[in-house]
Amino acid sequence: MTTLDASRLPFADPPHDRAADRLGATGFGFYVYLLSDAILFASLFAAFAVLHRATAGGPTGPEVFKLPGVLLETACLLVSSFTCGLAMIAANAGRKLALTGFLAITFALGAAFLGLEVSEFTRMIAEGAGPDRSAFLSGFFTLVGAHGLHITVGLAWILILFGQLWRDGFGPGFSRRIFCFSLFWHVLDVVWIAIFTFVYLIGSQP
Amino acid sequence: MFGKLTLSAFPLDQPIIMGTIAVLIIGIAGVLGLITVLRRWKWLWVEWITTVDHKRVGIMYILLALVMLLRGFSDAIMMRMQLALAHGGHPGFLPPEHYDQVFSAHGTIMIFFVAMPFVVGLMNFAVPLQIGARDVAFPVMNSLSFWLTAAGALLPNIALGVGEFARTGWLVYPPLSELPYSPGVGVDYYLVALQISGIGTLLSGINLVTTILKCRAPGMTLMMMPVFTWCALAANMMIVAAFPILTGTFAMLMLDRYLGMHFFTNDAGGAPMMFLNLIWSWGHPEVYILVLPCFGVFSEVISTFSGKPLFGYRSMVVATMVITLLAFVTWLHHFFTMGSGADVNAFFGIATMIIAIPTGVKVFNWLFTMYGGQIRFETPVLWTIGFMITFVIGGMTGVLMAVPPNDFLLHNSLFLIAHFHNVIIGAVIFGSFAGLNYWWPKAFGFTLHSGLGKAIFWCWFVGFWLAFMPLYILGFLGMTRRMNHTDNPLWVPYLVAAAIGACIIMTGILLQFVQIAVSIRQRRYHRDMTGDPWGGRTLEWSVPSPAPSYNFARIPQVTGLDAWWTQKAAGRTVTPPAFEAIETPRNSPIGFITAFFAVVGGFGVIWHIWWLAVPAVIAALAALVTSSWRPRGELILSADTVARTERSLRPRSA
Repeated sequence: MTTLDASRLPFADPPHDRAADRLGATGFGFYVYLLSDAILFASLFAAFAVLHRATAGGPTGPEVFKLPGVLLETACLLVSSFTCGLAMIAANAGRKLALTGFLAITFALGAAFLGLEVSEFTRMIAEGAGPDRSAFLSGFFTLVGAHGLHITVGLAWILILFGQLWRDGFGPGFSRRIFCFSLFWHVLDVVWIAIFTFVYLIGSQP
Repeated sequence: MFGKLTLSAFPLDQPIIMGTIAVLIIGIAGVLGLITVLRRWKWLWVEWITTVDHKRVGIMYILLALVMLLRGFSDAIMMRMQLALAHGGHPGFLPPEHYDQVFSAHGTIMIFFVAMPFVVGLMNFAVPLQIGARDVAFPVMNSLSFWLTAAGALLPNIALGVGEFARTGWLVYPPLSELPYSPGVGVDYYLVALQISGIGTLLSGINLVTTILKCRAPGMTLMMMPVFTWCALAANMMIVAAFPILTGTFAMLMLDRYLGMHFFTNDAGGAPMMFLNLIWSWGHPEVYILVLPCFGVFSEVISTFSGKPLFGYRSMVVATMVITLLAFVTWLHHFFTMGSGADVNAFFGIATMIIAIPTGVKVFNWLFTMYGGQIRFETPVLWTIGFMITFVIGGMTGVLMAVPPNDFLLHNSLFLIAHFHNVIIGAVIFGSFAGLNYWWPKAFGFTLHSGLGKAIFWCWFVGFWLAFMPLYILGFLGMTRRMNHTDNPLWVPYLVAAAIGACIIMTGILLQFVQIAVSIRQRRYHRDMTGDPWGGRTLEWSVPSPAPSYNFARIPQVTGLDAWWTQKAAGRTVTPPAFEAIETPRNSPIGFITAFFAVVGGFGVIWHIWWLAVPAVIAALAALVTSSWRPRGELILSADTVARTERSLRPRSA
């Protein structure tokens, strides 16, 4: 075999810009992760759909769901998505104070949502409608709880973002991070709208 | 204090298990001692454990697969020996409760910790090289993926000595896997191990999809990607789409077992059959996740060693994508006997049969690639031809079972066992070994011993046919799977033949380690000086062997399919630009640390030792957060360093 070497290949010109690649790849990779997360929720939705009538003689949806509280939760989350969008705009404009403020409001609304959810869960468990009562309630607590767990992660993420902003200030690294966070937060909103519709609204029909 | 863990969890009264553990401990101590004596700890830490080089991560995946192959095969040969002995009133040497763990562990380990790491390892190693990239999109996450997989693989092996493994079969069907019927920790070992490794696999899928779609060399459009890369893209898209279902389903089963929920229980409205639907929505795509990359290996091998472009590149790509889609609409054929009615069964039966069409397209493409070519019968080619013969038979028995009325007769019989071993060994194992022999020189700079490689192939090929053809007959004779002993004298000759076949396969597996050892010893005689030992077609053969850490000193400009082959054929030379400095990612211990805490936390969860589990899980998460917190500059290799490396790896070129 003759000696072959890479000099026979044409080369990319100008030299490859790896840093720009990395930025694009991170956002794309995070989208792919969110798709996989959506499928995780899809399997929980599927399980709930199969089990939602399996109340085993226990409480049913109309008996345990208190829609006004859920509406308040929904309002908190939707507004938090809006303020998260405002935070993104502030970040792109490089306005650090506005960014901090909007992120703080997002955090507060997310925390309020989580508090309402926890109080709903504790009320139901106290009423004897806990996740071990029936397959319907197992499906309900798992689906809604998985969303709540994601919200918790999102809240922790905001705190980390504050830390990174305080330490590093703006930069390509920060804009990449807040971009990923806002995607995450908006997707949780979409999932919640599905939960609100299919679990609470339709589930409250007798 | 120690949750469910008591002294009775240690099987001190089981001579087989205690013997195995003794051998394991001596082996591990020997390896650790050797590392200490050779003063290799620092080397191990710097060069391997903390590496984020996709090639080394890939090599570690494959090493894990080979080690676990020994474990999975030990289980297999124990089952074959048991069944060859245990008939006519003899109980054999494995009591039922142990035998049930053996077959459950065999399936779990072979699929999750042999086939998966082998295939993921090959993709990790070869894909960035094939697309002209310097590394994967997320190198640190890649290392994390590997270590989580290794952590998952460790837990079933801990179960060997501490407690027990699942006795439920490899997919832990409820209600058997629910607490009332499986009160021990066996199912928990299974669930925790697979949750940890499943996250690793998902991350690796995200990583490779992003790498393939975002990090290709300039000029390489999708329709210029090598077929192996296409197959890897398909497989990783399926990982992203299917593994979350696995995670979700196992999470539900864990909630049933740990918090008394009722997803799959017999009582309180639970739906055990929902588990089967969910798990096979993951499980059927999983089959193609394993097999498609191997189809990719065969495509590369057959066109390289036939000296021809792959026949029907476009149809190959289309067939791959069609299989990717159809993989998600066939899950119900794993349980036609659920009784979902004629219409539903007909839909899934037909969907299953349709998969034979794109698969057939692929087989004909490989045959036509060989037609008129100058075929060199190197080891990878033997595996490929062996695959084509074996896999076509396995595919046809699959189509037989895709007909629901047939399936009602064959369901859970040994015919099914023979079928899926026929396709999985025939495609995944043969493909993995083809890939191992094919890319080994690119990884290590010397080729594997060819004579031994061919001997290994023949052991597997003959052993496979002898071990599994009798199982088809036994299935027709009415023998069902997972039996501990039998009482039908008619079955005995076939069971003995199958055991002999397993022994021949064992010879092949042992020779595999001999081949690697001999090749390393004789590496001077098998040195690959050109970087292109097989007359390759794709970009990985344009770089020196072993490939340097940065892969490509200069990023190539791609202008067509088979980029490297085209350039060689044209005989043009280009004056290369001067070497430039290259940024490479720094090593990171995060993957290893996270996986370490995952094992500790997982062990705590399995045994309900909460004071151990909670801090360990928090530590694992904290490690991940810290890694994103720490600013990580990249390592800059100066142009001089690059030039020096290139000269040392390719002494004969300018």
